[in-house]
Order: sequence, then C-alpha cells, then structure tokens
Amino acid sequence: MPEIPGANGPDGQVAITREEVAHLADLARIDLSDAELDHLAPQLAVIVESVASISGVAGDDVPATSHPLPVTNVFREDVVVPGLTAAQALAAAPASEQQRFSVPRILGDEQ
Amino acid sequence: MSAGQDWTTRTAAELADALAAGEVTSVELTQAHLDRIAAVDGSAIEGVHAFLHVDAEGALAAARASDERRAAGSPATFLDGVPIAVKDVLTTEGMPTTCGSRILEGWVPPYDATVVARLRAAGLPILGKTNMDEFAMGSSTEHSAYGPTRNPWDLERVPGGSGGGSAAAVAAYEAPLALGTDTGGSIRQPGAVTGTVGVKPTYGGVSRYGLVAMANSLDQVGPVTRTVLDAALLHELVGGHDPRDSTSVDQPLPDLVGAARKGATGDLSGLRVGVVTELQGEGYQAGVQARFTESLDLLVAAGAEVVEVSCPQFVHALAAYYVLMPSEASSNLAKFDAMRYGLRVLPEGVPDPSAEEVMRATRDAGFGDEVKRRIILGTYALSSGYYDAYYGQAQKVRTLISRDFEAAFAQVDVLVSPTSPTTAFRLGEKLDDPLAMYLNDLATIPANLAGVPGISVPAGLAEEDGLPVGFQVLAPALADDRLYRVGAALEAALHARWGGPLTPPELPAGLDRREGASA
Amino acid sequence: MSAATTTLVPFEDVLATYDPALGLEVHVELNSATKMFCGCPTEFGADPNTQVCPTCLGLPGAMPAVNRKAVESAIRIGLALNCEIAEWCRFARKNYFYPDMPKNFQTSQYDEPIAFEGWMDVTVPTEDGEVETYRVEIERAHMEEDTGKSLHVGTSGRIHGADYSLVDYNRAGIPLIEIVTKPIVGAGARAPEVAKAYVAQLRDLIVALGVSDARMDQGSIRADVNLSLAPKGSGVLGTRTETKNVNSLRSVERAVRHEMQRHAAILGGGGSILQETRHWHEDTGVTTSGREKSDAEDYRYFPEPDLVPVAPSREWVEELRGTLPENPTQRRARLQAEWGYSDLEMRDTVGAGALTLVEETIAAGTSPAAARKWWLSELARRANDAGVELPALGVTPTQVAAVQALVEGGSINDKLARQVFDGLIAGEGTPEEVVEKRGLAIVSDEGALSEAVDDAIAANPDVAAKIRDGKVAAAGALIGAVMKQMRGQADAGRVRELILEKLGS
Repeated sequence: MPEIPGANGPDGQVAITREEVAHLADLARIDLSDAELDHLAPQLAVIVESVASISGVAGDDVPATSHPLPVTNVFREDVVVPGLTAAQALAAAPASEQQRFSVPRILGDEQ
Repeated sequence: MSAGQDWTTRTAAELADALAAGEVTSVELTQAHLDRIAAVDGSAIEGVHAFLHVDAEGALAAARASDERRAAGSPATFLDGVPIAVKDVLTTEGMPTTCGSRILEGWVPPYDATVVARLRAAGLPILGKTNMDEFAMGSSTEHSAYGPTRNPWDLERVPGGSGGGSAAAVAAYEAPLALGTDTGGSIRQPGAVTGTVGVKPTYGGVSRYGLVAMANSLDQVGPVTRTVLDAALLHELVGGHDPRDSTSVDQPLPDLVGAARKGATGDLSGLRVGVVTELQGEGYQAGVQARFTESLDLLVAAGAEVVEVSCPQFVHALAAYYVLMPSEASSNLAKFDAMRYGLRVLPEGVPDPSAEEVMRATRDAGFGDEVKRRIILGTYALSSGYYDAYYGQAQKVRTLISRDFEAAFAQVDVLVSPTSPTTAFRLGEKLDDPLAMYLNDLATIPANLAGVPGISVPAGLAEEDGLPVGFQVLAPALADDRLYRVGAALEAALHARWGGPLTPPELPAGLDRREGASA
Repeated sequence: MSAATTTLVPFEDVLATYDPALGLEVHVELNSATKMFCGCPTEFGADPNTQVCPTCLGLPGAMPAVNRKAVESAIRIGLALNCEIAEWCRFARKNYFYPDMPKNFQTSQYDEPIAFEGWMDVTVPTEDGEVETYRVEIERAHMEEDTGKSLHVGTSGRIHGADYSLVDYNRAGIPLIEIVTKPIVGAGARAPEVAKAYVAQLRDLIVALGVSDARMDQGSIRADVNLSLAPKGSGVLGTRTETKNVNSLRSVERAVRHEMQRHAAILGGGGSILQETRHWHEDTGVTTSGREKSDAEDYRYFPEPDLVPVAPSREWVEELRGTLPENPTQRRARLQAEWGYSDLEMRDTVGAGALTLVEETIAAGTSPAAARKWWLSELARRANDAGVELPALGVTPTQVAAVQALVEGGSINDKLARQVFDGLIAGEGTPEEVVEKRGLAIVSDEGALSEAVDDAIAANPDVAAKIRDGKVAAAGALIGAVMKQMRGQADAGRVRELILEKLGS
C-alpha cells in the first residue's frame, strides 16, 4: 500500500483527541457511546493526521475552487410550479397531527 | 429465459436491435433479467446481492407499455424496452430509496430523480434498486446497512464501491445497464474490479436532481455497462441540461455514440495519450500494472502517440478529497434527523425525550461507522478555527489539481492510468482500516476534484489472481466524447485479442433470491 | 424570569452613567410569487403543508434553484439603502439543527453579502419642534430563506413546557432579506426613538419598493434589537443582548428602553451582562432570557455547493437602480409643497406613519386638510388605543376618501363619520353600506325637524326668550337639544335656520 504523503501529524501530536471527537459528535447530533468513542477516536486521529498533510501545500496566491465549472448567475423565474400535496408531504412522517409534522418537544430556542 | 435464447448476456445495443427487429419483446427481456436476478442475487449471506429492492411488477408493467408503443410503431427511444437497474442513491417515485442506510429504511420518495424520470420517459423498465455503501461512502459496498454485495468473479471478494451493486448486477448479467454515481471513483473503481465499463461524466453533464448528495461539488451520475457503446447510449439518454440542477451544464452533449462507433473502428491516429507519472508504479499491483502497459501498447498499435505526463499536485488529491467530501457530507446528512421521514429512534431509558435527544439517538442508531467517521471528520474540518487549515486549504489544492489537468491537456488529448491500484480484495479485508480503504480511490479522485470526465474499461485479468483490471481514460471537461473514442478503440483491440468480451465464471447454483432475505 | 427580579433603573439615570449602542437586524419577507429556491407559492395563511415540495421540505436528493425576482428585490433594497452591490457573491450554508428547518442548515449568505456598506438618514422630532437627523450605517443586506412554523402543544402553549410540537413547512424557504446595521452610537436618550424611527422608515422604504407586504403583525417584517451600554464617554462597546420577537414599531421603542434600564440595573449592581438572546413580551413589556450565545455555537459556514455564484452585471444593477422610487427626503419635500402642510403638520404625518396613507387618500379625491384630519386625529387615536400600526387598523385610504365625500355631500356630518369608521373597523362593509346598515344618514325630513325644533323651544322657554330678544348666540343650546333628540342625524345649519325663523330673529 502506498503511504499518503506527509501522513505524520505536525509536531508528532495526536491530531484529534477523544474529547474533541465527543464534542464534534455532539455538534453533529450523534449520541456516541463510550465504546463507539473508543473505536472511532483513534481512527479519526489517524485520518486527521493524514489529511493534515495539505496544510501549506497552497500559498495565499492560490485561489480557492468551490466549484469545478466557472458558471455564474443561474436563476429560476418567479413562476409557481406544482409541488406536493399535504398527504404526499406527510406520507413518510414518523408522526403527524392536524396536517402537520409531529415532533417531540423542542428544547432549544429558534435562531 | 425465453425461447432458449440467453438474452441476459447480450449488450444493450444488441437487445435494442433485437427489439427493433421483433425478435423479442420487452416483457420477455425484462422477465429474463428478473429470472436471472431470482437465480443468482440470493441474500447478503450468499449470492451476489446486487439488489436492495426488485420491482418485478413495475418493470413488467413498463415493459408491456414499451411493447405496446413498439407495436404501434412509435418506440420512445432506441433503448425503449431495454431494462435497467438504478443505484439506490437516486430517488424513485413509489419505489423505496434507502441509500444503503438504516436511517432511510422504508422511505418511498414522492418524486423521481431527473435521470430516473428520463429513463421512464425513454421507456426503460426499471428492474430495481442496487446495493451501495451507505450514502455512497466506501469502496467495497461492505458499508451497506443491508449487507455487502459480492463480486461475480469471486463471491468471496468485494465488487468495489460505493456502486458495487450496479457493477455486480451488470457483471452478473442481472441487468444489461445500470446507473451509478461517482464522487471519488464509485462508478469507475467498481467497474474496474468487476470487469465492467463505468463512466463518470463531466461535472454538470448529467443532472444531480434526485441524487441523494454525498459531496455535491464532486458527485456525478453515470452509466455502468458491459460495453463502451452501451455506456454512450445510456449517457446520451440521461445526460444534458436540467433547470432543476443549477450546476448542470447548459449546452448540448457532444456526440458520444458517434465517438464510440468511430473508436470501435480501431483507428486512433493523431491521438496524443498522456500516462500520468503519479498514477502508476509504487503501490500498484504487478498484475494491474502489466495489463495497463499491455493496453498502452494496443493504443500505440492503433496509431496513438503515448507520452508520460507529470501531474505533481495529484499526490495531494486524496487528502484534499478527504477534507472536502466529508465536509459537504456532514452538512448534507444533517437532514436525517427523525423529524420528517425515515427512522425515528427513542433513546433508551429517557422518559419523555426531547427532539434533540431523539435526533441524537436516531442518528447514532441509523448511521453506520463509516458515515459517522465522515460526519465527524467533516464537522471538524468546517469548525471555526480549523476551516482555513482544512477546508480552505483543500479548496486551494483543488485549484492546483485543476491547473495540473490544464497543463497536461495542453500537451495531450487524454490522460490514462490504471483505474484502481489493486484487483478486488477479500470481503472484510479492509473493513476496519479506513485509510487502506481510501487508497482504492487514489487514481480516480483527481477527476472528481477537477470536474473532468473519466471512463474505466476492462483491460483483462491480473495474472496473479485472475481478477479484472480496469484501464482509466480521463479527458478535459465537456470532452466526454474522447473517453468513448479511446475506450471503444481499446475495447475493440482487447476483444479481438481475447476473441470476445471478458466473461466471469459461471456462478454456482443455489444463489436464488429469497423473498425478504434482504433490504 | 430574571427580568422580573431586576429592578429597572429610571431611564434618565441610565443616561447619566452610560452611553447606549444600538444595532438592528431586520428580516424582510419578500412578496415574490414563489420561494427563494423552489417554485412553491408563498401565500400567507394557506392550509398547513400545502405549499411544499421536495426542495423546501428538504427531501433527500432535492436541489435549490435561485429565484431571479428575489435577487432583484435584494439588489433594489441594497440600492435604496445606498449600499454597494457585490460584483460576485455566493450563498453559504449555516449549519445548525432545528426541527423547523428542513435541511438542518439554512441557505444564507455569510461573508459575501449581495449588498454592503450603506446608510439611511433617520429623522426624529425634538421637543422644540425641530427635526434631528441620525445617519444609520448599514453593514449589509443579504439573502436567505425562512424556516417553518411550529405550533407548541401543551398547557403552556409556548415552546418551554410543551408536550410536543407540530410543524408546518409552508413558510420554509420563503425569501428573506436580512438588513443589519452597524452599531448606532451617540443617540443617547433618543436611542429608543431612533430605533423605532429606523424601523418605521425602513418599512416605508420597503413599501415604496413594493418588495414586501411589510406587515409587522404578520411577521413579514421582523426586528431583532441589539443593545449594549458602555460607561459614559468611554467610547467602547459593552456586552450586548439580542432581543427577538419585536413585532411592532411601538415594541421596538419599548424594548430598547427596557433593555437600557435592565442593563443599567445589572451593571450598576456590579454584575455583568450575559451575551444572550432575549425574548420580548408585548403584554408585560419585559424581556426574558433565551439562548446563551456561546463559543460552542459553531455554524460551520461553507459555500453552498448546489448553487453557483451570483455576479450581477453593472448593467443589471443600473437597470434596477432605474426602478427605485424617489428617496424619502425628496418625496417628503415634494409632498409638503403639494399639500401645503406646515412643517409641524408634515412632521406629525410622518411621525404617525401616515404619509403614504394620506398620499393615497388625497389621490382618491380628498383635500389634503381633510385627509390629514381623519388620519391624524380620528384614526391615529384608534390605532393607538388598539395597539396596532395605522396601516393595520383595517381602514383603507379609499374608504377614508369615500367617508369624506359623504360628509361633503351632506349625507353625514363629522360626528356621524366617526360612527362610520367604527363600522369600517368592525368590517361592516363599504362606508355607504355602514351608513345604510346603521341608519346614520342625516334626516332631511322638514316635518320631523320642525317638530323637534318646536319641542325644543317649548322645553326651553328661557332660552327661546333670549333669542327672541336678539341674543342669537343662545341658539346653540337649542341646536344641541334638537341634535340630541335627532340622535345627531340632522344638519346643524338647517336646525339653526329653523330656530331663528320660528323665533323671528
């Protein structure tokens, strides 16, 4: 197997800690168990170390590419097109009531 | 099988000709493929397991409608009546779409992907949905929540991934045509290891509307077939501008079928071929390298001029890809939250759980390990403090890789490399070693980063293991026709040498599909 | 309810110690026919989940496509706010989980807004009858999409303490333009008024542009108020709070005032301000604590990969500039000259948010004086009593013009006209219909009138005697008695004539 160039993390440190993985899982709303953390954290550390090799590859003079093709100004006209019926929209809902999606109580505030 | 004819081993073009000549009906063809699926697809435990869902009733209804059109003298298209399989990452109205994930188990979309709508309009009966790594994350199809697909060349080996189901279905004669999607190699690499043809079109060449996105700026839909001509036929059918996809190219496709027919004459005089220095040699299996070199010789014999071209930034492609792809994916997969569709899991031992707690429990239970790894990796790469070092840098590396392609295509018409560094590996061999798994896409990823098109054509079998090897051709953006010209020329030369196409060994008996055995 | 336990500092005392800094974030819901990224309709009040499609419902595989009209509206708003229009900008994903947001990211703009670096001159009346102008600097105006609406089920009816919630995604994906000011400093005691005047003028501008229904009561304009206090003369910015849910002009002013008093109380007691979101309660006039802004809040913005950049050509921008309405200052000067209003009358008209209403009433045929009279005295009072903005009162300029025409035609008088407005507000139909239904037309039956005058003379012999003696001014008492008997439905002039006739004066 070929090595990924520059796979060693900077300063030989662990690229990402178990605590960081737990925090990221929290941000991503995934309820990882301790066993899962034990399993995933070291794997992620290895992956992060290897992708860290791109740091410093491109200088400030290199523009970012967010899109492979240089296209701009793609617009839709402001014309109504038929969408879904409420029945279609709600067909896959885990729960619904009063033609609305029923969701468990919400803790956080709207943003 | 009808009338003693094995219609399943024919190419799509041959089937279309037979339909046009009245030698067979679409119902007979469709039934023949359904029979083949029933005989070999089996379950996840044994059998090919290319399909997550088979829609016999829908396919036969479409076949009957096709036969009626033909009887009335008005077939919709050349391929009207030729059945097809569709990767389970494309939405199909009224047919389950799971993306190989537990979190979407049982979800029936209320709408068709644009490419699926085009298949229906063109009259192709849809046999069913093919297996894949969960949300297209993987290179072996082992990350499917519904069990792996097996390689028809050796049932103990993987069919590549993420589109192993589509490739295996075509390789095992369960379908003459299939649609796949390619984000980092998910059409081409399975094509290589199953001895099939796989094409990743130019980014924007085929609509992504209805493709459940893994990485939107890299994903493309493309054909999976047994011949280059079949791929061109299918590509022309599903490709072209779609106003529902803002990234879709608003200009006509080049003449792909014409290019394939021209290539099949075997004349490549005047064509300049560049061998990418960075995509061969160390790390590439000897048998893979040998078949690659042999194919190069055939191109030279066909009149092409072969030179070596260096693309020095390609060494950073894999790392950039594993920043960009998980970043986009982490955001794309946020919508799977148990509120509107799909799985809803209540956390254990939590009385009266909140929406947040239900989201966390559902996403933990509904996503597999590889998906979780990538979501966390992407969340990391996008988070404040890390964005510039990871996501920002990766986007710049993307620019550098595009510049390498531009410089290379200033010298040559197409670039070539082995599609995958190795032949099919054994089931389980790399399942818990993510980095080893990622290396399978070393040669395919640069094309996705730059948005250029690529094809993988079967190049024979590796001497050491007797397994298929793929030959990759890359062309400049919007010049997909070059893939078909070169691919068809190579295919013609190889078929001449072999005395016909590569044929996988007969599958053993007893692989019959049992109802409810999968998905 | 921390606000309930904080003893507010008197407003004057706040200013003795602190300088306030304001910031306003106003969301304007556009009135385009379709949503920001899909072809679903945007009508207010439709049955739940009937204006949805795979895209705005966030279904797997669906993709966005940008509404050209929404981009045009954004550019026009930017130009009207004297902003630069970006040569090139993008949409970005703002990632956070919330059940009313179907994709769990909001497609918005981050560091590349379509419009930036603008300003708006806000005028506030002073006590001595002059007008003070504050220049509010605009940081940016950007495009984004709205979220769905949740109905919280449970005894409280609010999000906290709800048993579960029901979500309607009709609103999800409706185009929003978010307009963000730079910190507004130096307004001192006028900060609450400046905040209100800014939102009012911005609303007028939006109305003039025709890009939104601009109904604060329906949420098509929503204001978030940022406020911080700094020690007087220090020139620094203090820790701010962001107050949400401020749904009327009056509330904007009250919320700023309340937060100034609350901040001062906390700071004065040696405490420090928590950087947080707060909720405004219209009924109690206080804010309560919402979500704490913390470092953990990480939106992980990145460019939306399903959309391509927006790069408005300068030709397009200039073409849109050509469609802008007159700027408010010029418009006010023109209207004042046309109507012949005094400075004070003009200022009151603007202050009451009645400029456009008066303009439309005049356009419908009413004299400038009459239009001002109805809107500023009668209707402004009623709006104030009802706690609604003047345009939301339920009376249209056309109706006011019709009422005035009835007065001028002699069918009703000013007093009856007030009853007609009651009927209009109660939704009883057109002014003519209200007059008919309520039987408000002036009695012109000479016989009945004559009888009533006779009755009044008989009932008030002393007054009648004075009039006979030539003290005509005393007639007023008899007129009053007749009008009372006729329940106001008589022409007072004719009554006077009859009295004088009968008493031979």
